[in-house]
Amino acid sequence: MSAVTQDTAVSTGRVARAFIYLLLILFALFYLLPLYVMGVNSLKPLQEITGGNMMALPATWTLEPWRAAWSSAQIGVQPTGLKPYFINSILMVVPAVAISTVLGALNGYILTKWRFRGDTIVYGLMLFSCFIPFQIVLIPMAVVLGKLGLAGTVPGLILVHVVYGLGFTTLYFRNYYAAFPTELVRAAMMDGAGFFRIFWRILLPVSGPIAVVSIIWQFTNIWNDFLFGVSFGGTSQPMTAALNNLVQSSTGVKEYNVHFAAAILAALPTLVVYVVAGRYFVRGLMAGSVKG
Amino acid sequence: MGFLDIRNVTKSYGSVQVLHDVDISVAEGEFLVLVGPSGCGKSTLLNMIAGLESVTSGEIAIRGRVVNGVHPSKRNIAMVFQSYALYPNMTVAQNITFGLEMHGTPRAERERALADVAKLLQIDHLLDRKPAQLSGGQRQRVAMGRALVRDPDVFLFDEPLSNLDAKLRVDMRTEIKKLHQKLGTTIVYVTHDQIEAMTLSTRIAVMYRGHVQQLGTPREIYDTPANVFVATFMGSPAMNILPARVALRDGVPHARITDAEGAERLLRFSQPNLAGWDGRDILLGIRPEAITDPEGADRKSGNIQGLANRVSVTEPAGSDTFVTMVLSGRDVIARMRADASVGPGQDFDFAVNMDKAVAFDPQSEERIAP
Ligand SMILES: Nc1ncnc2c1ncn2[C@@H]1O[C@H](COP(=O)(O)OP(=O)(O)O)[C@@H](O)[C@H]1O
Ligand SMILES: [Mg+2]
Repeated sequence: MSAVTQDTAVSTGRVARAFIYLLLILFALFYLLPLYVMGVNSLKPLQEITGGNMMALPATWTLEPWRAAWSSAQIGVQPTGLKPYFINSILMVVPAVAISTVLGALNGYILTKWRFRGDTIVYGLMLFSCFIPFQIVLIPMAVVLGKLGLAGTVPGLILVHVVYGLGFTTLYFRNYYAAFPTELVRAAMMDGAGFFRIFWRILLPVSGPIAVVSIIWQFTNIWNDFLFGVSFGGTSQPMTAALNNLVQSSTGVKEYNVHFAAAILAALPTLVVYVVAGRYFVRGLMAGSVKG
Repeated sequence: MGFLDIRNVTKSYGSVQVLHDVDISVAEGEFLVLVGPSGCGKSTLLNMIAGLESVTSGEIAIRGRVVNGVHPSKRNIAMVFQSYALYPNMTVAQNITFGLEMHGTPRAERERALADVAKLLQIDHLLDRKPAQLSGGQRQRVAMGRALVRDPDVFLFDEPLSNLDAKLRVDMRTEIKKLHQKLGTTIVYVTHDQIEAMTLSTRIAVMYRGHVQQLGTPREIYDTPANVFVATFMGSPAMNILPARVALRDGVPHARITDAEGAERLLRFSQPNLAGWDGRDILLGIRPEAITDPEGADRKSGNIQGLANRVSVTEPAGSDTFVTMVLSGRDVIARMRADASVGPGQDFDFAVNMDKAVAFDPQSEERIAP
């Protein structure tokens, strides 16, 4: 009797499971479809796209659109390809992510372990900054950058992104360090370690998971940012602004294959960051809530 | 002047005063235990000695040097925390020598100090492990090693055994006591466990609501508690406190109480200074072990009084049997030998050792005799 019910249970389980997998595969295919379209079309000559089926594999495979997107496509008035803008983006994103993450960690450390009068208000205000839309700060930011002589430069963009990201990185590290035992900091204090030594030797070594969260978050946001880039980039426009220029250009023939290649190039770094560090991302997000 | 002086120290958080005028002088080599219920300000006082909390008013001096405002690392003290506070990313060896490293001790000297401490605490084989790979007792040892290695003037312990299971707690307690006897260092030790306080200390400060209720040797605290709080907090089961009235018989003070039936009984006091309380109400304090079966009574006592009374409950506890009865309307616990033959509902002849009786003023609850 019990064997029969068990058997039924197992087979029902199998059917349900097969159904679930089928559904998952369908969703995955649906989700991957745009990537497939971009991929195949970036490897075709242009006339195959204009004359034929978008979904078909290339009849003649070519890397020419990729080469063009990278080094010779017309961006604005110059036939430079995306390369210089890609470099701009890298020059902007690496320092901006590093600085905002380090400062966020320091803020979190101070707000939890070196509490001072009004620290909750300071934290509240920083948290508030997470909810301010980009558009609101455009004009004040432009004024500040102009006064600092940083308008239209990579350092200017770095400053903008550091300021804008600080609220988020502070939030991450503060919540992470709030769960870190204060007795450890006190013990280190009694052992004779100073402010930075405690940070460097005691807190930072256990901050890996939350640092990954902060880096991924900041990297994707800064890399993908368009508004600050076009507004304050000046002659040092980032990748996103260049991609827009390329795709939106109204002169000449629309080279869809080149556009596809360029779009993939623009998305590649964030993709790499996720693939490399993605699994730490979830772990880090969980770490604050569930203390191990 | 002592080795560690706490002079009229108070502590307030905003308008809330959590410590009131604490005045304790600790001699070199003493083992002072601060004991009291949770929230009475023990940790606050310890943290003030450590320099982790500021002193609102008063002075703390170590070896005659006032240390108010001196950074914790410059007071030459070491602390063992309740959670052990071992650095999770460092090995045991690194944990122990971190303080020396911060103080710029040369490597060779650090290694030597580490080896000494590891041997003393028998943790040689654990030196390369991370704290997460240690058991509770081992973590406790490492935490002590970290304190010992710096050879401080004063050791501070904040409830170091409270995270251990009961058996290990007793073992580590003995070990701490041995260590103190061997090294003769000055220790201030915080606990809420009165047994730990009694067994470890050379002196105890019983604290309650930010006040030091009594400061004295374990014997003094136990035998002559300053007030009802100390009397009931120290000792397990707690001291019996029952209302009584002082009555003079031939000029000798007696305690007039009622038994389970409500009949009046007289117990002669050993303390003549109660004569002035004739006819007045007091609170009579008698420890459970001072009420026994006649065979178990203390032979050295000069004042054993017989007291027949109805037994309400018996609780055999292996080494002793605890007997509950009613006196003056209160449940009173007596401590008998394990094999005393006594059962509930029975009328039993108890022997009360009135040499150990304590009397308190019912209003102020302060001790009035002995
Ligand atoms: N930072 C603080 N701010 C306000 N009150 C505090 C603070 N730290 C401790 N207290 C209060 O001081 C009292 C004593 O605390 P503590 O010394 O930790 O007690 P315990 O005897 O349990 O160690 C408690 O009532 C506690 O609520
Ligand atoms: Mg405490």
